[in-house]
Amino acid sequence: MPDSRTLRRKVAIVGAAETDTVGHLPSHSTLMLHAESAFNALADAGLTLDDVDGIATAGVSPAQLTEYLGIMPRYVDGTSVGGCSFLIHVSHAVAAIAAGYADVVLVTHGESGRSRVGVGGFGGGASTVGGQFESPFGVFGPPSMFSVPIVHYMKKYGLTEEQLAAVSVSTRQWASLNPRAMMRDPITVDDVLNSRVIAWPLHLLNCCLVTDGGGALVLVSEERAKDFPKPPVWVLGRGESVQHTNISQMWDYAEWTAAAKVTGPEAFHMADVDRSAIDHLMLYDAFSHTPIYAMEALGFTNPGEAGPWFAEMRGAPGGALPVNTNGGGLSYTHTGMYGMFAIQEAVRQLRKEAAGRQINDIETSLVHAPGGWFSATSTLILGNR
Amino acid sequence: MNPQKPLPQATPETEEYWAGLQRGELRIQRCRACNRHYFYPRPFCPHPGCHSRDVEWTTVSGRGKLHSYVIAHRAHPAFQSPYVIAVVALDEGPKMMTNILIDNPTPETLPADAPVEIVYDQVNDKVTLPKFRLV
Repeated sequence: MPDSRTLRRKVAIVGAAETDTVGHLPSHSTLMLHAESAFNALADAGLTLDDVDGIATAGVSPAQLTEYLGIMPRYVDGTSVGGCSFLIHVSHAVAAIAAGYADVVLVTHGESGRSRVGVGGFGGGASTVGGQFESPFGVFGPPSMFSVPIVHYMKKYGLTEEQLAAVSVSTRQWASLNPRAMMRDPITVDDVLNSRVIAWPLHLLNCCLVTDGGGALVLVSEERAKDFPKPPVWVLGRGESVQHTNISQMWDYAEWTAAAKVTGPEAFHMADVDRSAIDHLMLYDAFSHTPIYAMEALGFTNPGEAGPWFAEMRGAPGGALPVNTNGGGLSYTHTGMYGMFAIQEAVRQLRKEAAGRQINDIETSLVHAPGGWFSATSTLILGNR
Repeated sequence: MNPQKPLPQATPETEEYWAGLQRGELRIQRCRACNRHYFYPRPFCPHPGCHSRDVEWTTVSGRGKLHSYVIAHRAHPAFQSPYVIAVVALDEGPKMMTNILIDNPTPETLPADAPVEIVYDQVNDKVTLPKFRLV
C-alpha cells in the first residue's frame, strides 16, 4: 500500500517572498498582490513565469490568475478553504511533483483585505476583470460567452450551421437509447436550425440542458481495487490545465490550446496508449461546438475536420467511434458542471452496464471536459484491463 | 423598473485605460522588452516568453478587425435584443470584448474579419465604454 513516508523530503521550497510591503496598499488590486508576490518569489528562486508549470491559489480562481499572468500550467490546485489553503497547496504540490504532474509549482496568495480593491471573487463585481472588460457588453450566461469563438472558427475552417447541428442530432440518437435521458425524441438538422436562436450561431438545440442531479466516485489503490463488488475502472492517464476566465482572453479561437498542448499529451503520455486504442469518447457537450474543438485538439481528426466528421454521423450509434453515449449534456442531463456525468458514463460502459447502448469489446474510454468557457480543461483515460 | 446595465469600476492598474476612454482615446499598454501590445492592463507583460515589467502606456489607433462575435437574442435584462457581443482584434494586436453598433445584426451584415473602428460611448460623466462599428 502506498505510504506518505515515501514522500518525506522529496519536494522542497526553493523560492519564497512576500509583497514589497504589507499593511495599507490601496494602490494594489487583489490580482496585483498575487502577481507581485509571484514575481518576487520567482526572483528569489532565480526563475521566471515561463519556468512555472503548476499553479495553486485561493481567493481568486486559478483560471483568473493564470489569465492575468499569461501562463498555461499542467497542474492546477484551486483548493480554497480559507486561511490554511496555502498549507494544503504545499501538501498537494508534494504529491503532484512526486507524481510527475508538475516540475515547478507556484503557490500564490494576494488579498486586499483592508482596502478591498478589485475584490469580487468568482461571481462578479464591477472591479473584477470580468466586471470591467466583459460584463458591460451584455454577456449573459454561458450561451453568450462559450459561443464567442465559433464565428472565427467558422471563418477559418468553413464549419457550417448544419455541421454544428449534426452534433446535436448524433447525441440525441444516443439519448434515445438511454431511459434516463431528459430528451429522447430523435431530431433532425432542420429541427436544430428551426429552434429558437439563443446567441447566433447557437440555437436552442445547440445548447445543453439545465437540470438537477449529481454523481459521486470512490477511488482506491491498485492493491485494494479487486476487493470490491464491481470490476475496477482503472485511471490510466490524466491531464489538467487552466488558461483564462474571460472568453475575450482565450488565446486561440480556432483551437482548444490547453487540450492540444497540455491535457491531451499529458493523458496519452501517462496512459501510454495510442489514439487508436480509444474505444469510446465522452466529450463534454456544453454546446454543439465543444465536441468539435475537443476532437481536433485531442488529435482524433485533423484541425477543421471534426465538423464534417460529426455530420457523417461517425460518432452516432453504429458509427466508427462512439461519442457521448449517454446522450450528453445536450440531451441526457446537464446540472451546470456536467463533467461528473461524463465520467459516470465512461465507468458504466467500461463495466458493461450500459444496457441498450453498450459498446461491445470496450476496453478504453477517454473523458474530456472544459470548465467555464474553455477556461479550464481536463482529460482522463480510463480502462477496464 | 429598468435594470441597470453593469458598469465597470476601475482598479489602480486600469485607471489610465478608463481615463483615456473618457478623453476619447484608446490607451493600452506596450511591453518595451518584446515590443508587443497587450490587453487588459496590468503592470507587466502577460505574453508567454516575456513577462517583463518594463511596460508603457500608448495611444492606439482604435481600428481593428471583427475577430468573432455572437448575436444575442436572449438578452441580459438591461439590454435590448438582438445585440452583438464581439471580440475585436485591434490592429496593434490585442483582442478586446465590445459591442458592435449596427442596426440590423445578422450573419450577413457582420462578416468575420470586417474592419471596425472605435466609437466612444459616453455612458455617464464617469464612464465611457469602447464600442465599435463597421467601416
